[in-house]
Amino acid sequence: MEPDRVEQETTAGSVLDLLAVRAQAALSFVQTGLLQARVTETGVERVERGTQASRIFALVAVAILIALVAMPWWGDAGTMRLVGEMAYYVALAQLWNLLAGYAGLVSVGQQAYVGLGGYALFYLTGPMDMNVYWALILAGPFAGLMAIPVSFAVFRLRGAYFAVGTWVVSEVFALFASLIAILGAGSGLSLTPAILREISSSRDVRGAVLYLLSLAISALVFAVVYLLLRSRHGLALTAIRDSEPASASLGVNTFRTKFIIYIATAACTGLIGGLIFLQKLRISPEAGFSINDWTVVVIFMVVIGGIGTLEGPFIGMLIYFVLRELLADYGSYYLILMGAIAIAVMLKAPFGIWGWVIQRYDLQLFPVGRRLALAPPEDAAKR
Amino acid sequence: MDWINILIQGGLLGGFYALFAIGLSMSFGIMRLVNIAHGDLIVLAAYVALLVVWNTGLDPFLSLVVVVPVMFALGYALQRGLLNQTLSGGLLPPLLVTFGISIIIQNGLLQGFGAYDHRLQVGAIETASLRFPGLSVGVYPLVVFAVATCAIGALQLLFYRTRLGRAFRAVSDDADTAELMGIDNRKLYALALGIAMIFTALAGVLFGIRTIFAPLSGPIRLILAFEAVIIGGLGSMWGTLIGGMVLGLAQAIGAALDPTWQILAGHLAFLAILIVRPSGLFPRTRD
Amino acid sequence: MTLLRTNDLSAFYGDFQALFGINVTVEQGETVAVIGANGAGKTTFLRAVAGALATAPETVMFDGMPIGHLTPHEIVRLGIAMVPEGRRLFPSLSVEENLLLGTHSERAGPWNLKRVYELFPRLHELRHLPAPSLSGGQQQMAAVGRGLMSNPRLLLCDELSLGLAPVIIRDIYDCLGAITAEGTTVVLVEQDINRALDAATRFYCFQEGRLALSAPTKNFDRTAITAAYFGL
Repeated sequence: MEPDRVEQETTAGSVLDLLAVRAQAALSFVQTGLLQARVTETGVERVERGTQASRIFALVAVAILIALVAMPWWGDAGTMRLVGEMAYYVALAQLWNLLAGYAGLVSVGQQAYVGLGGYALFYLTGPMDMNVYWALILAGPFAGLMAIPVSFAVFRLRGAYFAVGTWVVSEVFALFASLIAILGAGSGLSLTPAILREISSSRDVRGAVLYLLSLAISALVFAVVYLLLRSRHGLALTAIRDSEPASASLGVNTFRTKFIIYIATAACTGLIGGLIFLQKLRISPEAGFSINDWTVVVIFMVVIGGIGTLEGPFIGMLIYFVLRELLADYGSYYLILMGAIAIAVMLKAPFGIWGWVIQRYDLQLFPVGRRLALAPPEDAAKR
Repeated sequence: MDWINILIQGGLLGGFYALFAIGLSMSFGIMRLVNIAHGDLIVLAAYVALLVVWNTGLDPFLSLVVVVPVMFALGYALQRGLLNQTLSGGLLPPLLVTFGISIIIQNGLLQGFGAYDHRLQVGAIETASLRFPGLSVGVYPLVVFAVATCAIGALQLLFYRTRLGRAFRAVSDDADTAELMGIDNRKLYALALGIAMIFTALAGVLFGIRTIFAPLSGPIRLILAFEAVIIGGLGSMWGTLIGGMVLGLAQAIGAALDPTWQILAGHLAFLAILIVRPSGLFPRTRD
Repeated sequence: MTLLRTNDLSAFYGDFQALFGINVTVEQGETVAVIGANGAGKTTFLRAVAGALATAPETVMFDGMPIGHLTPHEIVRLGIAMVPEGRRLFPSLSVEENLLLGTHSERAGPWNLKRVYELFPRLHELRHLPAPSLSGGQQQMAAVGRGLMSNPRLLLCDELSLGLAPVIIRDIYDCLGAITAEGTTVVLVEQDINRALDAATRFYCFQEGRLALSAPTKNFDRTAITAAYFGL
């Protein structure tokens, strides 16, 4: 019998909508098993990923991206530095969100990998005299490799104990860095002018290159996180987060999944760490492994924006930067305020701002879920 | 190398670490709450003592008369007002709320006292030592170790010989059924944190006499407390004392090899024990 | 006088509805049985009465007072005690400590350690042993004793016979007589229909969260009960 197929009519039916669908597809170019048509008695059900809102958003996102990439031609050095910082913070936030919000691994020690990536870059370009770009490329895998023995220790712990355990590990790395002479011990290392010249002799060009690198790395990290979540592994993660024993009983290899996520996150964090300290020009144990700079701020971004969602880290990042600029003259009061806001959010709206939006409006800009699109029964009768 | 003195010194250090750990252990045992702000509360106690000393000229030991009730009240209010609401939400709310409290305390102290080091002074006893043939034992560490032992002893008495202790153990076993038997869980949790803070106050003041403290000194104290609890094994108070001693010993050995290796040696011992014997030396919990 | 009345009591676990408009009355001094298959909502019903499940105030009335919104420990103080399903003794506590835990509601009445040991002599010998080392039947007796120690006006017993040998069940039910003789009102939730109906004067039959049948137990036709039990 001929399988029935019913097409979902696009309500707008306009060129814009078609463009939006194309943009949507461009943003998610690796799809396995994206659309599965199933024939049933009543009609055809289609497993869909996109939503109307996400298609519109995809268009807007592409426009914003084009503007950002073009900034070296229309923006100034200060703005590029700021936007570059926003970009790498949002990447750090996405990674922490992947670990904690999706994999349920609440780590308070990701700053270890920021520091490891930074130190890798400095060591490779300094004593090892490697080209700065190669050093940056290797910084990530180095951090990922270091994460392997770390996971053997910390995976023994659960929940909040896991959190503090990751913190201890970070302290250990910081202490080692402060004791090893070739890493500059307590005072750290600086990038020599020769290394900087490898990027460019002009400070402006360097600023632009580092800015674009920041954007590129941030986009790469986001793509990795997004694709991971849209894949089978993403589904496994959500299952593990909801109930580890239940998912284990269904055949999900919980240890391997968590392990892979932890290593991957560490590697990406290391790459970002390399980039951060390349921009800062010097590294020290205190700065490289600073829990305040790389973990506290990141956690606040994710929690306030909306943990367990892809949109949350963006919102949290924007709120953080607004607060930071507004309260710049008041010393560490802005941290006190962020602490109070985080507490309030956890008590009143534990899923953050975006979580609240999802609950009220059922919006999703980065679709990772799968929605069943049911065809109306009468269409099936038309044959 | 004067190994015997090093070992004694390390072992006595365990008294401090055990005092650090008691509050954390109680929180987790009774409320299943890992208080990330624990270290900062220890430091806060030291600062309260500092304020008392500055304003009244009292000896730091005597300042405990004020510090202990203040910290008790703070703990009770914190649990009753804030932390009780986080208990039913899973792993993240308690962790993140106490994390937020930690940041607030650190930065509040920073704004209030500035980024300076302080120490509570009590005079001669800080450096006095008992001398035996071949042995030299610091008086102050000995006193603190005795205090820690008495504290744990008192806590055991509370848990096993009193009505309140019975309620604590019941709630720790099965909070739902405890409530069905007529126990007011919320009040009990608040009382538990209040009592935990008594030991936190002791820890803050006593350690603040031995070592300098600053607004950001909290995290390392949390980590040391945490390591003592994990090494000793969850759920056992005496185990925590042993855990503290093991930690102190590791640090003393590390410091003897090179003074800059002290803290690192402790961390490495902790990680080693974690890998080899993850449930600790004397584990007792039912989780 | 009516000691307990539920008005249109509905209960939810998240989105899942476990009880649909239950109307039950229990008169003072009565022994009422609540029977039904697994998942019928019997334990949910007891938990709602005991306060472990929050409900609207007026849906549960105790001695004329709305209690649906109160917390469990407040309800114990008013005079309702629970013997939970599966005993739920505290493993870290000894038998005697478990019994003493029942006194935290500080209610006055005829029940104290001495009287509980008179009712369950075996417990006296075992009193210093940790609760988990007791046999199932002994644990059940301890759980009942723990409930009695709060001197309740209403005792809720959830599946006393669960996992116990018939001889032990008989011993426990024999003790029930002494309890009701003190004037304590008892609600018995049971899967073992015969025991429950023998001990009670009236019964309610639950089926998938709804009340399927309610009647006096004396001489009641068992086939009607079976039909209601299984929803036939």
